Amino acid sequence: MPEPLERQAIISGAAQSDIARRLHRSGIDLTVEAALRAIDDAGLTVADIDGISTYPGWGGSFGGASGAELHEALRFSLNWRDGAAETSGQLGAVHKAALAIAAGLARHVLVFRTVVEGSGGALRAGGGSGGGGGMAGGAGPFQFLIPYGAVSAANWIACYARRHMHEYGTTREQLGAIAVNARANAAANPKAIYTDPMTIDDYLAVRMVSDPLCLYDCDVPCDGSTAVVVSHRGYGPDTPAGAVGVNAIGTAIRGRPSWDQFDDLTTMAMRDSAASMWDRTELTAADVDTAQLYDGFSWLTLAWLEALGFCSRGESGPFVEGGANIASVGRLPLNTWGGQLSGGRLHGFGFLHEAVMQLRGTAQLPVAGCEVAVVGAGGGPETGCMLLTRGLS
Amino acid sequence: MNEITAAGNEPASEPAPVPPRFIVATAHSDFYWRSGVDDILRIQRCGKCGRWIHPPGPVCPYCHSRRLGPEPVVGTGTVATFTVNRKEWIPGFMPPYVFALVALDEDPAIRLGANIIGCEPEEVEIGMRVEVLFEKNGEWYVPLFQPEGRA
Repeated sequence: MPEPLERQAIISGAAQSDIARRLHRSGIDLTVEAALRAIDDAGLTVADIDGISTYPGWGGSFGGASGAELHEALRFSLNWRDGAAETSGQLGAVHKAALAIAAGLARHVLVFRTVVEGSGGALRAGGGSGGGGGMAGGAGPFQFLIPYGAVSAANWIACYARRHMHEYGTTREQLGAIAVNARANAAANPKAIYTDPMTIDDYLAVRMVSDPLCLYDCDVPCDGSTAVVVSHRGYGPDTPAGAVGVNAIGTAIRGRPSWDQFDDLTTMAMRDSAASMWDRTELTAADVDTAQLYDGFSWLTLAWLEALGFCSRGESGPFVEGGANIASVGRLPLNTWGGQLSGGRLHGFGFLHEAVMQLRGTAQLPVAGCEVAVVGAGGGPETGCMLLTRGLS
Repeated sequence: MNEITAAGNEPASEPAPVPPRFIVATAHSDFYWRSGVDDILRIQRCGKCGRWIHPPGPVCPYCHSRRLGPEPVVGTGTVATFTVNRKEWIPGFMPPYVFALVALDEDPAIRLGANIIGCEPEEVEIGMRVEVLFEKNGEWYVPLFQPEGRA
């Protein structure tokens, strides 16, 4: 196997703005805060940045800010800029930055995702919360969902969770283990939205949103911005905080690009993006020290665990039940920042930030000897993942 | 005092209110939302290879023929999965309601999104046999499903 081009890239800086349920600040204000912190964290200045990459770019869901707004705000001089939603999930922005660096289009790319959903910046008439609520009206990929009141990703993902329960015997207690684990970890995260202790009984008692998904299966809207600096590996020795290597990216979408017509109702496109990531590396699931896996809805994390091979198909329920395997001191420390369920819906980038902190050894709940981390983000037909290492890959 | 009418001969009451559905028909999907005018469900079918296609589009994804058209189906299928929605996302679209993906008998790989009516939400289960019926909603005939044989 020729060395995958993404290994030319490292993550040299990572930072977040203030994060809260509601900050009542503009998306670009939060973005500038995160960007300047990340650039400083990387030991660079604004003048060193020659690329910007973001998800989802202009007009995207959950508010935020565009690459052009940040470009203008800090008056970067760029060799490359990209921002688009039709990519390998939220992490697609990071994937493209790594490849732009490998191609020599840029040397230091500022990558960000900003959300102002908590303040309601992205809410629109007729829109639901999450996914396609604000997208494309009735003529887009949701044209046979919205007319039936299935306007939220909660509805669509509930259908997959139900089918997974039907085929494999997955239980609500097992789904709840994802939420309880996230809440336990969030207690150590000063920026987390929800930190009050939660038990599995609390989970089972809360109201249903879209059966079998209850309120605690759904992540919490918030305001905040996450930024990372992706640099050429040649900069690695000069990074003040230590380089995080990009070992492999996962981008495949082999099934139909649809929430309702995908070929298998017990998994989603992470089946494909995860498989394509493992095809690009000598590392295996057994090498992974921590997993930061999307939990916009708790069932998505189960799907990611199976897709990445941390357990067999259908076995994610028993794998997470009781929480011992996935605890911060368990076999596979999972979502150690509190996930989106308790840490806030930073739309994939909270997981990326945490993976960088774990590999540097500076996380709030550090995983001992953390050398390899996997990040998986997204659900439905929009997913992507990446394998990161302490030091160069 | 209103005129008393014989049982079974009441003046026509107002039709039951229907939920706001935000249907946007496209050049390809328009037939789907009008098909129920004669109580028949139609699905796009390839005129060359005969495969059923959903959502309807501009080309057969199997043989790439562009000779496509709506054709009647029996209108029966099986609940592949479903959710009981408990939250009012859209003003006037009142929970609880069942959103299901119905695997069509003619090709179970085709799943029609729909509400299941005519039974309690708690009665719906994966594998349940269902049949189409139509809701008149403005200019549209919205395909819905109910348990088979309940009509």
